[in-house]
Amino acid sequence: MIPGEFDYTRPGDIGAVLRVLKEREGEAKVLAGGHSLLPMMKLRLSMPTVLVDLRGLSGFDEINETDDGLSIGALATHRQILVHPVIASYPMLTDTAGGIGDPQVRNWGTIGGSCAHADPYSDWPAVLLATNASLVCRSEEGERVIGARDFFIDSFATAIEPTELLTEIRFPKRPSGAGGAYRKLERRAGDFASVGVAARLRLDGGKIADAGIGLAAVAEMPIAATDAEAVLTGATPDEVTFRAAADAAAAQSRPVTDGHGPAEYKRAMVAEMTMRALRLAHERAAAFS
Amino acid sequence: MGTHHITVSVNGESREAEVESRLLLVHFLRDNLGLTGTHIGCDTSNCGACTVLVDGRSTKSCTMLAASADGAEVRTIEGMADGAELHPLQQAFWDQHGLQCGFCTPGMIMQAAWLLDQNSKPSEAEIREGIAGNLCRCTGYVNIVKAIQQASGQLETGEAAPVVAEETTEPNEPVAAGGS
Repeated sequence: MIPGEFDYTRPGDIGAVLRVLKEREGEAKVLAGGHSLLPMMKLRLSMPTVLVDLRGLSGFDEINETDDGLSIGALATHRQILVHPVIASYPMLTDTAGGIGDPQVRNWGTIGGSCAHADPYSDWPAVLLATNASLVCRSEEGERVIGARDFFIDSFATAIEPTELLTEIRFPKRPSGAGGAYRKLERRAGDFASVGVAARLRLDGGKIADAGIGLAAVAEMPIAATDAEAVLTGATPDEVTFRAAADAAAAQSRPVTDGHGPAEYKRAMVAEMTMRALRLAHERAAAFS
Repeated sequence: MGTHHITVSVNGESREAEVESRLLLVHFLRDNLGLTGTHIGCDTSNCGACTVLVDGRSTKSCTMLAASADGAEVRTIEGMADGAELHPLQQAFWDQHGLQCGFCTPGMIMQAAWLLDQNSKPSEAEIREGIAGNLCRCTGYVNIVKAIQQASGQLETGEAAPVVAEETTEPNEPVAAGGS
């Protein structure tokens, strides 16, 4: 399979990238690891006029923990995230990075690419929703920070403007008593999720002080299970609460019947994977003081 | 539409070409350079037959543009042997019968080379996780795993590998290839 024709450019710095995005507004697509975009171009589902390769940029793959939170450069590969020492304290991110594709895909695919592509079956968006992460977009006009819950707006659609480049993902710092997990049901190793659930809990005084649940692959876009979050917040972290939250998440999901299975099966699996993610998140939260 | 002058170091040799924007790295290697050891299996980045190393990182070369490899160092199966002397991985695949039809073997060996670069003594589970992106329709993987164990000095040439009960891992369990 051969992609359609396009112009290719590999700018050497971000200024030049933003200039091309401005000059060729709406025509250009950005190429990071290429593991979502190139397969779509080979199938001619995507036919950009100009491809802006980010391989010439440096410093946009850095991972840093600050007092405010965790910053991951948009060009950090899944592999870089998986093995980075700082990420060891963020096991939900390790769950996610380690479950994407296969080693070669993780070697090249990037977190920024996954988020900007916004495939409803991809894993990172659910995690960003559960953690209330924010996404930093830059254009020639300046920088914009967008909350994850305002960022994913439809299937393969985000709040990124055509003249903007996603440069960084910011996760809130993990406070004591907090823990998260991402659990993914897949038909085959390395496949896209049939159902993916990201769950985050913060415990305080024997109660759930704060919770976040993000769902992958069970709606036309990644969604936050806000009804489940409402069930969890202020409740006692036990099986009864988790079951009620799991049922709420399943009720809020909007799966469709496809090659991964019938809609009713997927809805049942939303409940099951939510239970599993909550149990593990709870275990991790209780152990993180 | 545009063409690009690219310079790629392939197996230590600088190669230049004028390529179309849309030329894939695997086609550049096979059609422009005649390095047909890199195979095209699925052409959808599933099977791993086209795996090569780009700046030391294993990649499915059907999912990279030749233009993106401009300035990079690429290593293919043709760059593994030293003259008539097989690379230890090639020798190990030979000794352990790590192939039947051989179609997946170049990609399998390049992926194993990356794995051993990251983790010189991988466990059986780490080897299996490490080659999860490479499909073999013949062997059932047992002898491929043995070959990688031999190449990493964990199995003597011709030694019968211990039969290890298959460990199942949770899909999300981060059995990182390497993880050094």
